[in-house]
Amino acid sequence: MLANLTSIESLFYLAGLVAVIASLKVVTGHNTVHALLYLVVSLLAVAVCFYLMGAPFAAGLEVIVYAGAILVLFVFAVLMFGLGKDETTNAPKHKGLANMLGAMLLAFALLVEIIVIINNADMQQNLQATVISSKTVGIMLYGPYLLAVEIASFLLLSGLLAGYHYAKPDVTGGPL
Amino acid sequence: MTTIPLFHVLILSSLLFAIGFVGVVARKNTLFMLMSLEIMLNAVGVAFIGAGSVWQQADGQVMFILILTLAAAEVAVGLALLIRMQKKYHSLDIDLLNQMKG
Repeated sequence: MLANLTSIESLFYLAGLVAVIASLKVVTGHNTVHALLYLVVSLLAVAVCFYLMGAPFAAGLEVIVYAGAILVLFVFAVLMFGLGKDETTNAPKHKGLANMLGAMLLAFALLVEIIVIINNADMQQNLQATVISSKTVGIMLYGPYLLAVEIASFLLLSGLLAGYHYAKPDVTGGPL
Repeated sequence: MTTIPLFHVLILSSLLFAIGFVGVVARKNTLFMLMSLEIMLNAVGVAFIGAGSVWQQADGQVMFILILTLAAAEVAVGLALLIRMQKKYHSLDIDLLNQMKG
């Protein structure tokens, strides 16, 4: 029974459940920063799912790019929206850890899951057998998908230009 | 051969996609709509990775990386537009954008 409980499948279902709950909290949230906190938890849960599906490279990318870069962009934008207002008057009443307790519990479940996976040699062996190496992915990217990579680089460049153009101050003149 | 059945992966993916879709349709705050878009893109990534792991092909992960770049570019442009909107209307309500003139 215990072996059944700690199989790769059940861990996957647990991570999926965490992702669904966190996503629901994002969609139904009222406070922007709390919703962002739950969004981080949702992305981390999806990263654990990727790891359990035998894609550790994609899981690392999910944590670094999604939870690391895109979410930081969100946080910066939220900080900019509050400019000009007095934050101390709008700030919620201090409620200790109660605000982030749910997100912390979900993240703790993910942490326990990761520890269980790393400690279980059987499961590690099982995962290693199904892994698709990042080397294969790289060969694919610069082989048949080379054109797609070039288009993605153009997309990122246009995103950079558009972001700069829309977010710059209205005052014209002066250097770029 | 992976131990997780593809059917269950697809169920998780469609659940996340549906949650994100409801968020995009139902919310009025543009920032929450952007977050829901992220959830939807993520759900598609789950489907790609799951399919790639079932057939033991690297194509799924390649598509996931492309989705990742798409999400990054989309968020950069979207948030810059939101900053413009906040400057002009002092609000993020999507209903303020129902007129093209002006």
